[in-house]
Amino acid sequence: MKVLLSWLREFAPIEGDPTELGEAMSMLGMAVESMEVFGSLDGVIVAEVMATRPHPNADRIQLVDVDTGDGVALQICCGAFNMAVGDRVPLATIGTTMPNGMEIAKRRMRGEESNGMLCSADELGLGNDHDGIYILPAEVELGAQLTEQLGLGGDVLYDLEINPNRPDAMSVAGVARDLAAHLGVPFMMPQWSVGESGEPVEDVASVTIHDPQLCGRFVARVLRDVVVGESPAWMQLRLSLCGMRPINSVVDVSNYVMLELGTPNHTYDLAKVPNGHLGVRRASESEELVTLDDGMRTLTGADGVIVDDTDSAIGIAGVMGGASTEISDITTEVLLELAWWWPRPIAETSTRLNLRSEASTRFERGTDWALNVNAVNRFCDLMAAQGATVAPGHIDVWGEVPSRAVVELRTSRVNHLLGTDMSRDHVASLLEPIGFDTEPVENDVLVTVVPSFRPDTTTETDIIEEVARHYGYATIAKTVPRSPDAGHLSAYQQERRDLRASLAGAGFNEIIPMPFLAPDALARTGLSIDDPVTLANPLAAEEGVLRPSLLPGVMGVVAYNESHRNLGVRLFEIGHIFMPPRGDEILPDETEWLAIAIAGAQADAAKRAWDLVAGRLGLRGVTVENRDDVAGMHPTRAAALLADSTKVGMMGEVDPGVLAAWGISQRVAYVEVQLDAILSMPHGDRAYRLVSTHPSSDIDLAFVTPDAVPASAVESTLRATAGERLMSLRLFDVFRGAQLGADSRSIAFTLRLQAADHTLTEDEIGAIRQNCIDAVEARHGAMLRA
Amino acid sequence: MAVSEDIDAAATAAHGLISGAATLDALKAAEPEILGKKSALGQFKRALGGLEPDERRVVGQHLNAVRETVSEALDDRRAELAAGERRAQFEEERMDLTEVPTDPGLGHLHLVTQTVQRLEDVFVGMGFTVSEGPEVETDWYNFEALNLPKWHPARSMWDTLYLNLDQGDNVLLRTHTSPVQVRVMQEQAPPIYTICPGKVFRRDTADASHLPAFHQIEGLVVDEGITFGDLAGTLDEFTSAYFGGAIKSRLRPSFFPFTEPSAEFDINCVICEGSGCQTCQRTGWIELGGCGMVHPNVLSNVGIDPERYTGFAFGFGIDRLALMRHGIDDLRDMFTNDVRFLTQF
Repeated sequence: MKVLLSWLREFAPIEGDPTELGEAMSMLGMAVESMEVFGSLDGVIVAEVMATRPHPNADRIQLVDVDTGDGVALQICCGAFNMAVGDRVPLATIGTTMPNGMEIAKRRMRGEESNGMLCSADELGLGNDHDGIYILPAEVELGAQLTEQLGLGGDVLYDLEINPNRPDAMSVAGVARDLAAHLGVPFMMPQWSVGESGEPVEDVASVTIHDPQLCGRFVARVLRDVVVGESPAWMQLRLSLCGMRPINSVVDVSNYVMLELGTPNHTYDLAKVPNGHLGVRRASESEELVTLDDGMRTLTGADGVIVDDTDSAIGIAGVMGGASTEISDITTEVLLELAWWWPRPIAETSTRLNLRSEASTRFERGTDWALNVNAVNRFCDLMAAQGATVAPGHIDVWGEVPSRAVVELRTSRVNHLLGTDMSRDHVASLLEPIGFDTEPVENDVLVTVVPSFRPDTTTETDIIEEVARHYGYATIAKTVPRSPDAGHLSAYQQERRDLRASLAGAGFNEIIPMPFLAPDALARTGLSIDDPVTLANPLAAEEGVLRPSLLPGVMGVVAYNESHRNLGVRLFEIGHIFMPPRGDEILPDETEWLAIAIAGAQADAAKRAWDLVAGRLGLRGVTVENRDDVAGMHPTRAAALLADSTKVGMMGEVDPGVLAAWGISQRVAYVEVQLDAILSMPHGDRAYRLVSTHPSSDIDLAFVTPDAVPASAVESTLRATAGERLMSLRLFDVFRGAQLGADSRSIAFTLRLQAADHTLTEDEIGAIRQNCIDAVEARHGAMLRA
Repeated sequence: MAVSEDIDAAATAAHGLISGAATLDALKAAEPEILGKKSALGQFKRALGGLEPDERRVVGQHLNAVRETVSEALDDRRAELAAGERRAQFEEERMDLTEVPTDPGLGHLHLVTQTVQRLEDVFVGMGFTVSEGPEVETDWYNFEALNLPKWHPARSMWDTLYLNLDQGDNVLLRTHTSPVQVRVMQEQAPPIYTICPGKVFRRDTADASHLPAFHQIEGLVVDEGITFGDLAGTLDEFTSAYFGGAIKSRLRPSFFPFTEPSAEFDINCVICEGSGCQTCQRTGWIELGGCGMVHPNVLSNVGIDPERYTGFAFGFGIDRLALMRHGIDDLRDMFTNDVRFLTQF
């Protein structure tokens, strides 16, 4: 919402430094996004084009003779060609300093004299139009100072961000009211009136509201002797500065009134409206209409329409008018609509049709139903100044309008919520200037009547916010509450942090890929997941699938790095994955996983990374089981991570086919585990085991074991057999050789044995050793290697 | 005196052996010949017994003095050789520490994680817990419970990504971490002091300051007697702790359906500390996030009595804090996960 300071001043005597006024508006919740102070543009005057001639030595500039009021032709070289003889244009005379700092001097351009510069609106800081010279409205006075003619000197343009709960601030008058209250100066809404003549309105026009829950109030007037031409210069300038393109004298007045009072309105060519009758009803299903922008719109039963005497739709209520009754160059009689619409149907229609207009934006936030008659009179007042005549009387048809909310406001509640110590009368004094009527009924309570221009305000809390705004957020004393409990991370959060720190310490870099996948990413990664969760409205197809695994995202990162010559990367990610909802669940099955990838490494690196994780977290009961069928993984170099018999993860090497599909030329070791699952199992917090002061003994055992027997199985047997004397067990060598046979290998372990209370004897050690050998040989078809 | 002269000659020979030994090993090998029982000087000691008492005393004293000198010379030589050999060993082990390739071998936490952890630490210090929840949510948790009924025009403030789950527009990617607040209030009775960091989603085309997935932190306090002044004071305390004591905060009126009164939360520009610069467009302030007093409808929706309890909530972007702290211009750079980026921090 753009507002001019000069326009605000038509409603209240607002004075002060432009920057401080901007700060005040920001602190009232109307944030100043940008501010522009217009200089006086001394030296820029109104000139008239007398003749245009080609430049003898240049094609891209022409010679323009202008009259500055004395009838003497002054030659200017000009790079624009959009002016015609008789046009009034801005001339920066010799000695003028332009807003960008350039000084205008008498110059020769390719041998021809130039006595100043003709200016575009952009060059003057008066809008964005830099396509050509600013052609001024015909009535500006020849030879006069431009800013004086435009009424602009020293003016300030603010671009305000208006929040959805401030429909009142979608108008110049509303901004002025709020700012005036803050500054403690009076706000005055003029009551416009206009001379009337000719046939009264009720003889030429009528309005019927068929749906009072759609249209709360419909005010109409008729204007005659309308000449559709240019609107006055000052109006065009204000409109263009406030971001609306000047169109013609009728549309400009319509927009001007909307910006000024926040009351969108619509004009019909009365000659095109049979019998001058307008009706308001809901559309029928699939009813069609061509709107002002020449678009064919298909409506539903929820949309509101304006219909003519034949019940044909001629406009979409509150959103956009129809093409059939549009004002044209030959229009002389105008039927003016100033309606109040219920916000919700307008919001639904504009959303469904994806058709947002300045009007619908205001209607869906809620306009002021009390302002309709004054606003039509303002419209007529501005048209009458352009020579139109106004038919006597106005039509004022009512549907249902919301009543002004009456709210009991407790001073104690105000202070309780804000942390202030205001008196009841102080609270009242903050509300009255912004249109809230208050009446004290008890020591504590103010009965507050909300103004019709604040439909957003219906509850006590809504009003407390208004009190706070005008008390000043910055004025409220700052205090710090204290939780009765100590702040802390949960055990899960702390362990996840520890894990992250350990992984970083071990050289892994944490990555955060986007959680979206392209539709083919799963197939490329060798994952076949039935019905992955997909997005209904992704902006790009490549972001259409919500990841059911961290692997594709990690592959993408490894591939990206490899393509940028970052080889051998060591990465990890902790993030959520999404599987289809289980059973009757509404939400997807969402779990938190850890992934680790080591590029340029084989499966054994994955095992070491897993050992780091398991060791850090003190996991008990997660086992590693070689599997040939782990999706996405190398068929003979992969294992499942099992908790009881539930799969909680996988590790090994990524399938070479998957790597090729991602364009990765290195081997990649990979671990993936469901973090929330393993951390919900017993882990960590191990009981202290006394560090024995007695010597320990090591025994080494190597077994020739069939390949089909995993080392982990032998290890489990050794642990179980050695029992409580076993301090540690380490697999230290694996050896394959012809002498061991084709399908076997030797695996060697060191067992460190120790007792807490005595030095183990040779006999004790020998017994444990023999038991271990017997057990492994018996259970695993293994043989002690001599 | 012949014996004394013989002793002196033997001593000279012993000194010759000592100085002639070039290594500790050679010296050790020569030791029996220098002072051992079978050495010349050792022989004299044994021969003393055959002398007259007077002579024995004189010769004995002389012999002891000579032996002492030889013994000292032996110790000195041993020390000298040991030092020389140690020096030679050190010389052999000489290492140019500047020629060692730089490789700390450390990995790096993602900048977002580092930022989240710093934020968590500040709030934990202020008595908050950390709450988390699902990234996929129902419309009720993300919007309706937060005082945003289906038709509410303010819903257009969030461009939402919806999921195909045969539920219409009921299941979506959360647009803020506020649904976590709702879940906390459902599960826990006041007092509540918690923050909710996490991933959030918007239907945005990727550019230098937007991504469809990004990170946000929200905070929630619900207790008896919580005021707007408490909100302002808490944010001020956080601002000083996180950004440094020179940085202050301020609140400006704003609108959010789930808070009232609502505010924008500005901090002094961290570049110019409030004096005005390019980054803050000469205002001295940077808009950090939104906040306000929890709307009574939100409290009622989760079964908390808004007359008894009041509360405040706030939220702001995490990624932007990381960008600001490290002078990164493009948000996308943080999520390409190029190790040349990751290992800088």
